[in-house]
Amino acid sequence: MEHIRTPKVENVRLVDRISSKKAALGTLYLTATHVIFVENAPDTRKETWILHSQISTIEKQATTATGSPLLIRCKNFQLLQLIIPQERDCHDVYISLIRLARPVKYEELYCFSFNPKLDKEERERGWMLIDLGEEYKRMGLPNNYWQLSDVNRDYRVCDSYPTELYVPKSATAHIIVGSSKFRSRRRFPALSYYYKDNHASICRSSQPLSGFSARCLEDEQMLQAIRKANPGSDFIYVVDTRPKLNAMANRAAGKGYENEDNYSNIKFQFIGIENIHVMRSSLQKMLEVCELKSPSMSDFLWGLENSGWLRHIKAIMDAGIFIAKAVSEEGASVLVHCSDGWDRTAQACSVAGLLLDPHYRTLRGFMVLIEKDWISFGHKFNHRYGNLDGDPKEISPVIDQFIECVWQLMEQFPCAFEFNERFLIHIQHHIYSCQFGNFLCNSQKERQELKIQERTYSLWAHLWKNRADYMNPLFRADHSQTWGTLCLPSTPFNFMYKFWNGMYNRFEKGLQPRQSVTDYLMAVKEETQQLQEELEALEERLEKIQKVQLNHTKVKSKQSEPSKHSGFSTSDNSTANTPQDYSGNMKSFPSRSPSQGDEDSALILTQDNLKSSDPDLSANSDQESGVEDLSCRSPSGGECVPSEDSGKDRDSDEAVFLTA
Amino acid sequence: MEFAELIKTPRVDNVVLHRPFYPAVEGTLCLTGHHLILSSRQDNTEELWLLHSNIDAIDKRFVGPLGTIIIKCKDFRIIQLDIPGMEECLNIASSIEALSTLDSITLMYPFFYRPMFEVIEDGWHSFLPEQEFELYSSATSEWRLSYVNKEFAVCPSYPPIVIVPRSIDDEALRKVAMFRHGGRFPVLSYYHKKNGMVIMRSGQPLTGTNGRRCKEDEKLINATLRAGKRGYIIDTRSLNVAQQARAKGGGFEQEAHYPQWRRIHKSIERYHILQESLIKLVEACNDQTHNMDRWLGRLEASNWLTHIKEILTTACLAAQCIDREGASILIHGTEGTDSTLQVTSLAQIILEPRSRTIRGFEALIEREWLQAGHPFQQRCAQSAYCNSKQKWESPVFLLFLDCVWQILRQFPCSFEFNENFLIMLFEHAYASQFGTFLGNNESERCKLKLQQKTMSLWSWVNRPSELRKFTNPLFEANNLVIWPSVAPQSLQLWEGIFLRWNRSSKYLDEAYEEMVNIIEYNKELQAKVNVLRRQLAELETEDGMQESP
Repeated sequence: MEHIRTPKVENVRLVDRISSKKAALGTLYLTATHVIFVENAPDTRKETWILHSQISTIEKQATTATGSPLLIRCKNFQLLQLIIPQERDCHDVYISLIRLARPVKYEELYCFSFNPKLDKEERERGWMLIDLGEEYKRMGLPNNYWQLSDVNRDYRVCDSYPTELYVPKSATAHIIVGSSKFRSRRRFPALSYYYKDNHASICRSSQPLSGFSARCLEDEQMLQAIRKANPGSDFIYVVDTRPKLNAMANRAAGKGYENEDNYSNIKFQFIGIENIHVMRSSLQKMLEVCELKSPSMSDFLWGLENSGWLRHIKAIMDAGIFIAKAVSEEGASVLVHCSDGWDRTAQACSVAGLLLDPHYRTLRGFMVLIEKDWISFGHKFNHRYGNLDGDPKEISPVIDQFIECVWQLMEQFPCAFEFNERFLIHIQHHIYSCQFGNFLCNSQKERQELKIQERTYSLWAHLWKNRADYMNPLFRADHSQTWGTLCLPSTPFNFMYKFWNGMYNRFEKGLQPRQSVTDYLMAVKEETQQLQEELEALEERLEKIQKVQLNHTKVKSKQSEPSKHSGFSTSDNSTANTPQDYSGNMKSFPSRSPSQGDEDSALILTQDNLKSSDPDLSANSDQESGVEDLSCRSPSGGECVPSEDSGKDRDSDEAVFLTA
Repeated sequence: MEFAELIKTPRVDNVVLHRPFYPAVEGTLCLTGHHLILSSRQDNTEELWLLHSNIDAIDKRFVGPLGTIIIKCKDFRIIQLDIPGMEECLNIASSIEALSTLDSITLMYPFFYRPMFEVIEDGWHSFLPEQEFELYSSATSEWRLSYVNKEFAVCPSYPPIVIVPRSIDDEALRKVAMFRHGGRFPVLSYYHKKNGMVIMRSGQPLTGTNGRRCKEDEKLINATLRAGKRGYIIDTRSLNVAQQARAKGGGFEQEAHYPQWRRIHKSIERYHILQESLIKLVEACNDQTHNMDRWLGRLEASNWLTHIKEILTTACLAAQCIDREGASILIHGTEGTDSTLQVTSLAQIILEPRSRTIRGFEALIEREWLQAGHPFQQRCAQSAYCNSKQKWESPVFLLFLDCVWQILRQFPCSFEFNENFLIMLFEHAYASQFGTFLGNNESERCKLKLQQKTMSLWSWVNRPSELRKFTNPLFEANNLVIWPSVAPQSLQLWEGIFLRWNRSSKYLDEAYEEMVNIIEYNKELQAKVNVLRRQLAELETEDGMQESP
């Protein structure tokens, strides 16, 4: 609280980015956790909530006659442009936010004050939802070749690894410790995934400290042990996910990569995923393109190409595909590493897992995958996503890229994933929101020291509770597309990878498809379920009546006729019904009816009002920050199917149908 | 028959066919007057049945005695035939070349095609102008049907019947026709029932350099405005291009002479610029060697999506004038047969829910493309692989279909038809067994006696068994105006057309099937529940009646 210089500024304007003419007048509030903008329009009072932890940059622009503009860019790709009448107020807001957006202690983060009103037991159960012990059991471990090692008990060997790790049975503590001394940050090779069908495995580690000629017998024995744990293959792949040049440069610093001559029966392979700095600047460039005001097609495509973003996505996918093919087709085990083995290695292993194992393509399995390859193996969430104020050079969209890889796969295999796009978007949001404890800190050890599980709530339980919102209606457990390995063409075509509008422009509703096929189909499926129940009930009643031929009190069927399809409206017709500025800068097309414009924005407001006007909802994770919007509202809410047009009241129809 | 002379080798054995996503097939190649057929010897089923008119270009290669013919189709598919024997190969190649470039329209397949299906409804009579007019006449009496072009004398590219302002007589129309390019005087394209505003289209006014005027033209255009109302003239050319047109006798309306109208210039490209764009795009899609960056660069360099954006933007602007500004519009470019029709038809897709139904969309194509005189024969003579660039070939209609697809993608539940319907129309515009897209205008179609001698595409499409394939399972009638986004982020490459032969669509097809299943099952249950409800209600009333005395 002491950082808030001014808690409230009136007569602030929120600028609509798509049509600059429209700006909403309202009041800006700063709270300990949020920036809140409440519009003045009396019947709507639309609210926009931004979590401090989502704020990426704050930019004060030159004051003009209309006021001082303040640009707030968020990590979930929201962009807020405010115009504050007084320069002094703007400065106060700016200074306050600079501090609020960069907390220095974990205790300042939202998850320590966030209270979803669950009791202790519920919170504990939430943390138990995802259990990695169970996951390794599901893989078929331990078995004759792999065992749980206690070598890292109390983080004695490697402080960024979890305590429970699977290693080959033949790898003794001596070998492991020896190998760990030969690896960056002592991140020795450990099991990430075991492929039951053919005993091949995916192991991960950091780079070896090989320099130009150094060797380590234990490390060589370690790799041999991994190879021997797979009787089906007489070699293992060692995949270095870095570009060869980067790996070679590391040798000068006493690090580097495995020399094929020193290790028996390894096949060494580079896959050029660029480092975190390249990725950070690539995302930056792409977001600049997204921010362009009415770009031409060329501006957009050139900008996208020059950002290199999709090329990087492809490189990560290529790594995952290589590993998955080695495991499933060649039956060979793979050791994956990069430099420290916590960024590119996490990406490559988790993409490979997703391709190989249908379980990871289910809702719960996907949580397990992130828990395993990212959280437990010490992906540095705090550094990468800037939860606490730190070195800006450590920040990089590593998991964002993985999440995008999943989306790219979902586009290719629409029936193969149990979850939908919204699930990915919400996970991305919460990686930055710090509303749940899951992604705090840089390692398991830090999280334990902070007693995260006792003091915060688990995102997984929250997502699981709302799983109806995240289902892919096209997923069918018995569908051939959902089985086994996802097979991409051996040389995936470039045109396979597309710009993810739904993520990077997700707050620009005007740029999104106006009707959601997913929501429509979910509503149909939900209704199908109700019909099934009704059918059974009707059959029962019919049977009774026919059998008994008795008439008790006359039961009038009150069901409304099945005009049910009217309830499926999934379009956000407020925007659909508002033309954009198609005339561009053309002077010869004057807007002759200024009132028209007001009417349009009023339309938007009424519609948006439905989503976030209730401050009570702020306790609910997504409402406050505007993640949820009308089209995201789950049909399973039942009582609140998005209504199509303000002129039609379709909900009532549906409600009658539901109570029947 | 004439074709026999062109077919030197009607049949070759041991030919190997290579196609995308299918294993190579060995079989017998047969050439007929209109088809190239390959059937594998094993079970005598045809493996390939390709219309010669679908062939855009061929290449031949020889390695020793083995010849290879690469056939590039107008639908962008590329297939390869390995033919043993140099002479056979050369004969086949020259036959294909001759048969795929027949000069005479009357030798085309539609004149020989005998349908194997029963015609339920003759498509030639499905969309009569009189019927279309009836849809409007209930709402307004300001317009009338004119038969002034009965003999195609006033305007060779117009149909015999057009809709014009009631207050303008045929004599005036004749005079206006003299003042408009190609005799294309302003006619009604669309009447917006909600507010009575209209879209008209025409050819450019022939003002020339000395600013010629035509009183009747001014009167006609003003007659469409209600008292005190204003209108917009959307010229699909940039001001610069329009000004240059004056030197060739064309031009644009001087606002001084049309005081109630404001002119807007947009710039939609035409002719060879679009053709080159298509050629570059298809080249980029077929090249699988380049890396990610070059792909986006080449997509950009083709400018295809830029054209899409420009056309859609202009159509949205037109719709905005009508629906939001409450102003009528007149649209023209130079001839009024290309970009003009793209804009008038897309504006209707946006404004008019009926044009988003299957029937309504067919009627739209009939009205705004076929009757309106888009020269299909010229524009669709060749596709993306042809080297002999004649200047009148241009993918104008394909761009229109692509724009419709873009809107469909943004409003997946608002169209009664699906993507396959659009793809089918693209295919038939370029090569077809039906006569619908033959000729350049109604006049030519009349002379060819297409109605008597060929089958209409609509006769085939509108049969229930075919319609099923083209119906969008997600369709929910949406009576609103739909405003698509024209931002670059919202526009995508139409993969169903351009990557159709370069990537497997297996998983996408499965997803579509699953979608259909979900909805069909829902309908099935709905029907069952309704039956039971009715039974139950009947039983209960019976019981009630027994009880009441």
